[in-house]
Amino acid sequence: MTTSQLNRLESEAISIIREVAAEFENPVLLFSGGKDSVVMLQLAVMAFHPARVPFPVMHIDTGHNFDDLIEYRDRVVDELGVRLVVASVQESIDAGRVVEQTGPGASRNTLQTVTLLDAISQHGFDAVFGGGRRDEERSRAKERVFSFRDEFGQWDPKNQRPEVWELYNGRHRRGEHFRVFPLSNWTELDIWRFAAERDIELPALYFAHRREVVRRDGMLMAVTPFLELADGEQPFEELVRFRTIGDATCTAAVESSATTIDDVIAETSVARLTERGATRADDRISEAGMEDRKRQGYF
Amino acid sequence: MATGEIEMLRFATVGSVDDGKSTLIGRLLHDSKSIFEDQLEHVEAVSRRRGDDYVDLALLTDGLRAEREQGITIDVAYRYFATPKRSFVIADCPGHIQYTRNMITGASTADLAILLVDARYGVVEQTRRHSLLVSLLGVPHLVICVNKMDLVDWDEDRFEQIRAQFTEFAGRLELRDVTFIPVSALSGDNVVDRSMHMSWYDGPSLLHHLEHVYIGSDDNLIDVRFPVQYVIRPQRTSHDYRGYAGTVAGGTLRPGDEVVVLPSGFSSTIASIDTADGPQAEATPHRAVTITLSDDIDISRGDMICRPNNRPNVGQDVEAMVCWMDRDATLSARSVYTVKHTTQTARAMVTDLRYHLDINSLHRDESATSLGLNEIGRVALRTTAPLFYDEYRRNRATGSFILIDESSNQTVAAGMLLGPTA
Ligand SMILES: Nc1nc2c(ncn2[C@@H]2O[C@H](COP(=O)(O)OP(=O)(O)O)[C@@H](O)[C@H]2O)c(=O)[nH]1
Repeated sequence: MTTSQLNRLESEAISIIREVAAEFENPVLLFSGGKDSVVMLQLAVMAFHPARVPFPVMHIDTGHNFDDLIEYRDRVVDELGVRLVVASVQESIDAGRVVEQTGPGASRNTLQTVTLLDAISQHGFDAVFGGGRRDEERSRAKERVFSFRDEFGQWDPKNQRPEVWELYNGRHRRGEHFRVFPLSNWTELDIWRFAAERDIELPALYFAHRREVVRRDGMLMAVTPFLELADGEQPFEELVRFRTIGDATCTAAVESSATTIDDVIAETSVARLTERGATRADDRISEAGMEDRKRQGYF
Repeated sequence: MATGEIEMLRFATVGSVDDGKSTLIGRLLHDSKSIFEDQLEHVEAVSRRRGDDYVDLALLTDGLRAEREQGITIDVAYRYFATPKRSFVIADCPGHIQYTRNMITGASTADLAILLVDARYGVVEQTRRHSLLVSLLGVPHLVICVNKMDLVDWDEDRFEQIRAQFTEFAGRLELRDVTFIPVSALSGDNVVDRSMHMSWYDGPSLLHHLEHVYIGSDDNLIDVRFPVQYVIRPQRTSHDYRGYAGTVAGGTLRPGDEVVVLPSGFSSTIASIDTADGPQAEATPHRAVTITLSDDIDISRGDMICRPNNRPNVGQDVEAMVCWMDRDATLSARSVYTVKHTTQTARAMVTDLRYHLDINSLHRDESATSLGLNEIGRVALRTTAPLFYDEYRRNRATGSFILIDESSNQTVAAGMLLGPTA
């Protein structure tokens, strides 16, 4: 008598989401329109069915969004009847909280941390659901499900609370908060299987389409108004899809002909590169790129 | 596309520094084709940079910068891989005594533990300590990987010697299912593929064992336990829906079952077991569901739903084994903490420290007056509200608790309930 793996993962995530709703005063769920956050939001809906999700969702908007992502976001939020909070990186720039980078490598990715932390303190959120998965990256593999953040929003990997059984300790003082990761134990493939089983609509970017790209550091970067081209970079058209969707300036596409969820599952099952390794320019900065950003309060 | 009934197995790997734990995990991932090219390239590049003449698969598992610098595992790292038979979650735990609390973190949810023993040294002090923790945490299955068999000429006698050594000392522990496998993590013998060097061994390879070990009866399917986690009351519906959401902690629940709610003692029957996918015919351990009852009774978070003739212990005076996990403070009699047990939160006073258990010698020191970081002992607790609990050995979900320091908010102890104080 064992429950299948996907059922186990679903139940685990639902249980984590309910625990937060029971123990925190003011939770929020980060919703970017990326597949992990879509799945997480779906699980939140399932957790409280037939009641509504008892907390809002928040989008950290870099302003550098792909195509119709904003339209997709608004439609999903509307259909599910959840409240949306938008925190804008552009506003952080206008307010002088952060300085825009320039040049071909410029990205608003790291600036998001300031916008995120400002929004958390402005709204007084004490628990912030993130769609991070431990299979994504090495420092994430070490992170707790209930991950403590001090009053500066910082993560201290060497001083994490022990997390035993499924007894989560979310105690904190005013000003401190928790990042909570209900999808900790999911892999990229689990996300797709869940989407397939439940027929979840995902942004069209995840499926093969023709798009103008340039090759940079071995990755295919989409040509958008936000991407400054370096000397000698020649845009060309390619059949691609995205494995992750983040800021348009640091998320690369992969060559693919997968047009349905089942195609993507078939492709992911035999993929030879990790999701982040294949597509995230932001992780290439240094061996400890993600760890450093996470310490400062990144997603 | 259906997911099929792929099972999930969570296992913890433990070993002393240099026993070859990282190499073994690297080998398992590599030979089961679970490593991505960019990860492998990274490891190859680092190996080259260090001037190694082989690819050090151990590098695959170093997570944090401090660990890469020191070359040791400090915190638990979780890793994932799947074969057509099962999907696996590895909790890679540090073995050093100073990180015992991290090992407990990894082992607390494990279905199985892999313990590494260096074939040259046999059962050492660390092996004893790790086995004790595996036994204390009630990990249902244990695999002793006798590693580095290549360094003892693949010798059967040596392997049998170690098996006998371990079996002798393990007699004092509660280990339900122990399997011994001779391996060489470095060359991959008996890790994924059967070894060509040890024809005397006719058991399974490690991966084969992980894929086939029977875990179906590990959960408690007898004692119905449903701790209420959250009450669901939709505001917009006209009818008066009141659902009790939670995760099954034991037994199988079905609509029509007669139930009792603790602490009130009111009885009712299960009207429905709801999920977002519609009503269910039953709910088994680990499933997150919402229960409705046929009577309108007052129930809140922390209450326990069970069967009239099979109730958990109810009490405020309990005995428990605890592992102390705090660096700054120690546990001593008269201290008060917040206790979190299932979905219930109360306060608990340590009324007595019965003894400190030496995790190497198993000696019980009854004169001990405090427990420090990574120390284990037996305590008597008095709680401000009754706990609804089972003996940890009978049910890991209703038999476990944590203690939280009320000023630092740190999780300071992991506890396993033994029963009521006599
Ligand atoms: N000869 C031999 N060496 C091994 C074997 N497994 C690991 N080693 C070596 O033992 C050392 C420690 O291994 P490592 O995996 O880093 O140990 P850990 O500290 O337990 O993670 C390394 O030099 C490995 O190459 C084995 O099966 N045979």
